[in-house]
Amino acid sequence: MKTLLVLGAGTAGTMIAKKMASKLDKNQWKVILVDKDTKHYYQPGFLFVPFGKYEEKHVIKNNRQYIPAGIEYVISNIELIEPDANQVRLTLDNRVIKYDYLIVATGCDIHPEETEGLKGEGWRKNIFDFYTYDGAAALRKFLDRWEGGRMVVNVVENPIKCPVAPLEFLFLADWVFTQRGIRNKVELVYATPLPGAFTKPKASAALGALLARKNIQIEADYNIGEVDPVNNVIKSYDEREVPYDLLVSIPTNKGSDLIKRSGMGDALNFIPTDKHTLQSTKWQNVWVTGDATNIPASKAGATIHFQMETVVENMLAHIHGKEMHSKFDGHATCYIETGFNKATLIDFSYDQEPLPGMYPMPLVGPFTLLGESTINHIGKLAFRYLYWDLMMRGIEVPLPSQFSMAGKKK
Amino acid sequence: MATKKVKGVAYEVNDEGFLVDPTTWTKEYAVEAAKEEGLEELTETHWKVIDFARQSAATAGGASPTLRTITDGAAITTKDLFALFPKGPAKKVAKIAGLKKPEGCV
Ligand SMILES: Cc1cc2nc3c(=O)[nH]c(=O)nc-3n(C[C@H](O)[C@H](O)[C@H](O)COP(=O)(O)OP(=O)(O)OC[C@H]3O[C@@H](n4cnc5c(N)ncnc54)[C@H](O)[C@@H]3O)c2cc1C
Repeated sequence: MKTLLVLGAGTAGTMIAKKMASKLDKNQWKVILVDKDTKHYYQPGFLFVPFGKYEEKHVIKNNRQYIPAGIEYVISNIELIEPDANQVRLTLDNRVIKYDYLIVATGCDIHPEETEGLKGEGWRKNIFDFYTYDGAAALRKFLDRWEGGRMVVNVVENPIKCPVAPLEFLFLADWVFTQRGIRNKVELVYATPLPGAFTKPKASAALGALLARKNIQIEADYNIGEVDPVNNVIKSYDEREVPYDLLVSIPTNKGSDLIKRSGMGDALNFIPTDKHTLQSTKWQNVWVTGDATNIPASKAGATIHFQMETVVENMLAHIHGKEMHSKFDGHATCYIETGFNKATLIDFSYDQEPLPGMYPMPLVGPFTLLGESTINHIGKLAFRYLYWDLMMRGIEVPLPSQFSMAGKKK
Repeated sequence: MATKKVKGVAYEVNDEGFLVDPTTWTKEYAVEAAKEEGLEELTETHWKVIDFARQSAATAGGASPTLRTITDGAAITTKDLFALFPKGPAKKVAKIAGLKKPEGCV
């Protein structure tokens, strides 16, 4: 018997374990999936929690229901990966699993302790995150009673998962505070290390215009050096001080500590990965997918969906001693909530920045790229059903993996 | 594509002003590129960072180092790095060192 070992049962690990199990010969292969707990988080839903739009039941489910009987599902902390010895050490019973092929899908998490003062006395008092369920739920309690003031949303450093989430958070805040009748008492500020609202020029201009229209100030090229929780100000490395009453932070995102312990990552514990084949650049029988990689693509669930085909085809080719043909093109599709029951959409790849137009079909869409519409908002909300009922159940989502220029205007 | 002339030598740069071929880089080019980024003078510490960035890229398939790679590798604090190359140090260092635009942010 041969073993395919999958580490991490989040978005990527759960999907790839099932896809590979359905392709590999059951008489020759055993598929093992390991995660530290059975809680599965629908992270895109965290955005809606602080505003009371989603509850715990919408965003946390027991992962067991998504794992078919043919896969050995082990609940344990993963202690160490020893890729040179083709084995992994678990905490539970000190078990050592030998593998023939390994897929690492251990994601990434926030690290507020990386920024001086961030996790100090203001943490969870008037400083919050919404990248964890606990953070989002605590922020909801705070916002339920908030009467207004200066809210600063700060991205500490890039890359972060779902790079548009901070913008969406601001757009939703603008909408919810308007509904609550306190928008005139709230100042909204976006402090970002980027030179504008987004990385790529066309999307940056379109999203920048939206920020201006909604009266959200932007503090660009802002690299936070420290938080002063006594005086409620953040300070950048170039000594710009931004005062806040409420700080919503997107702290440094880092790959799992396991990657560091195992000596497999870069400075932020992301694993060096071939951006086209998704194979580890160092170990031939190791693949990396999802937020754990260092590839220059968006860290997003939609991107993971587009990566699956490449991982499956290339691993199978490699297992059978054939040439690998499948190339991931960096395809990402992100719905961006803009408030007032509207959303916009961006669709892009390694080589092509987001452009205006229609998606996925030219002219008919139904979704509009870089333009606001209600149907985009419905698409965003539908993503939750798509996620739990199709992606996690291993049912094909009818969106092509390959990026396409059809419907886009240069 | 455009060309940039420095002391009679033409360098090919892309639309965003990054050198197309890192092997065509020279110290004279760096001095000129630094001026365009608002750095009138390159000190010894600036050069330490630039040299490190070029070495790092050479071992990383041409990829420009991230901010963290620079602070870890060139033994310099983030604060000092921002003082040397204000605003976006990773991008500025890449531009001056004749490397590609850092891929870090998507
Ligand atoms: C606020 C927010 C909004 C978002 N919005 C969107 C959106 O609108 N659209 C979109 O497409 N994406 C969005 N995303 C991103 C998306 O949720 C992630 O990209 C995706 O979930 C990553 O999947 P993954 O499998 O790589 O990692 P994860 O789903 O995080 O899974 C990693 C797993 O590895 C396990 N693990 C790690 N280390 C160990 C260890 N040592 N031992 C045992 N287990 C371990 C963890 O327990 C976890 O279950 C958003 C994310 C956030 C935070």
